[in-house]
Amino acid sequence: MATADRTPTACGVLRTVAAALLLTLSAPSIAQTRYGIGRAATPAEVAAWNIDVEPDGRNFPPGQGTVAHGRDVYNAQCAACHGANGEGGMGDRLTGGAGTLATDKPVKTVGSYWPYAPTLFDYIRRAMPLTAPQSLSNEDVYAVSGYVLYLNGLVPDTAVIDGKALTSLKMPNRDGFIADPRPDVKNRECMTNCAK
Amino acid sequence: MARTPRQPTTPAPDVPATLEANTVGSAVTKGRRTFLRRSGAWVGSGVALAALGDKLYGVPSKYEAGVIRNVPKNQAQYISAASRTPLGDLDGIITPSGLFYERHHGGVPVIDPLQHRLMLHGLVKNPLLFTVDELRRLPSISRIHFLECSGNPVYTKPYGKTASDLVGLVSCGEWTGVSLKLLLDEAGLMPGAAWVMAEGADAAAMTRSVPLDKCLDDALVVYSQNGERLRPEQGYPLRLLLPGFEGNMNVKWLRRLKVTDAPVHSREETSKYTDLLPNGKAREFTFYMEAKSIITSPSGGQKIPGAGFVEIRGIAWSGHGKVVRVDVSVDGGSTWTQASLQEPVLTRALTRFRYPWQWNGRPAVIASRVVDETGYVQPAFEQLVGERGVNSFYHNNAIQPWRVADSGEVFNGNG
Repeated sequence: MATADRTPTACGVLRTVAAALLLTLSAPSIAQTRYGIGRAATPAEVAAWNIDVEPDGRNFPPGQGTVAHGRDVYNAQCAACHGANGEGGMGDRLTGGAGTLATDKPVKTVGSYWPYAPTLFDYIRRAMPLTAPQSLSNEDVYAVSGYVLYLNGLVPDTAVIDGKALTSLKMPNRDGFIADPRPDVKNRECMTNCAK
Repeated sequence: MARTPRQPTTPAPDVPATLEANTVGSAVTKGRRTFLRRSGAWVGSGVALAALGDKLYGVPSKYEAGVIRNVPKNQAQYISAASRTPLGDLDGIITPSGLFYERHHGGVPVIDPLQHRLMLHGLVKNPLLFTVDELRRLPSISRIHFLECSGNPVYTKPYGKTASDLVGLVSCGEWTGVSLKLLLDEAGLMPGAAWVMAEGADAAAMTRSVPLDKCLDDALVVYSQNGERLRPEQGYPLRLLLPGFEGNMNVKWLRRLKVTDAPVHSREETSKYTDLLPNGKAREFTFYMEAKSIITSPSGGQKIPGAGFVEIRGIAWSGHGKVVRVDVSVDGGSTWTQASLQEPVLTRALTRFRYPWQWNGRPAVIASRVVDETGYVQPAFEQLVGERGVNSFYHNNAIQPWRVADSGEVFNGNG
């Protein structure tokens, strides 16, 4: 606690800590807000809801998973929709498509299109499998993220995947995105003799 | 098992007392009859009861049963799917709630509003948790805005046949809720705050990052649409509304807002709602829906009954503000004439236009072209494709030509 630094005795520190604990345990105050409606979200509540991980590696949960375990998770949870090898079906195609983005038939997959590997972990954790989202353990999510990357040839079959591994992996299409330049097309207010 | 009409346990305040308990007792029945006679509505108790009792939430005439949302046939599955507004059947600028287009990414959840919470956290001084009732206690705002899916329609064939097939992923409603700026002020922004991540409570836990500027401008946390609580398909009990921004960012079933210093680069804003160009690069964070218009009557699938007067009618809108004019062509785009705009003309809302036409019974191609308050002119399809190619998928706001045959039948004027 910041106040503890200014408290000279051990007894004072304990009192400060006890007061802080009491504040946490009683109904949180929102006296600072203008309307005083709603209540403070406790750190524990925020931690329970705050599931998004970010491309720079922030907010990954503890844990890791192997590609080998990811294969089992994939076959049990994913293959029915995404195909035995990520080739797609009722669900999106996950693999292949390298070199197709600038062609007439672009194939957008995790390997060919996704710019950030942490997004793969984030999305699988929050939304997959479709029939039971947020039912996989963190270890399963790390493992199956690794397996999808392995299917795309981006990690070896011996890889152990954790937040650091996902953050440091540079996806093939990392630099494939540009800012919105619109309005990019300018029509004119032609009123007569406009046909080409 | 047959369902019995639901009887209210407590009468609404504006229901006459004689209608309070119409299920038991002859005295009550007599009272009801007295009331019905006095009101001049006596048509026999059975008929009257049925008319009042089983339509306590009104529905359209049975003769309008065909006016329903339009479900595309090519969807791989229905957990992540969409249905479209029947634009060709509607008048006015407010889309009825039941006909409002909807797109969901993980089904439509059933959420008990008493169990629902909105969390606001991240780079804020006071992380907050609100119930729906608490949000309703805060100062309210009502505004009319359109909502449009970013892929409305895509650029590739096969092209749709009707206005609904083509542009039915746009609707407009009156939204009531709380200013997001007010909520952010309550939480107190910390230095570095630049984006707000919005997350839904649906099975997709739909996630988009929104620039803070938009959140402090006209964004709302909405609980009602067209005067009643949001429909489940529209995010009951809470949704985000970002006027003029592509539909998927208006996160439904909203449960969490996290203030951040950078976008979270969610799956939806990297692998999905990005616009791929012919050179292989893709535009990201393409938020705005640019100005667009379409003639809805006569439109694809309809038939003009005969030569003579035809009022060409349609809708126009812009994510950048108000519609300032709409021009109509009845000669395939060679000549354009200014159409009349129906008041009210509201910012980021559907605007009705109309143009009187004497159809000579000969084949014709009709189209509309909107100009918005930024001076932006709705482009031709060829112009868009010339710049973006056909695999850009999103943000097709092209002029839509309709081909009128000598029979009066109307077809898509594009291939």
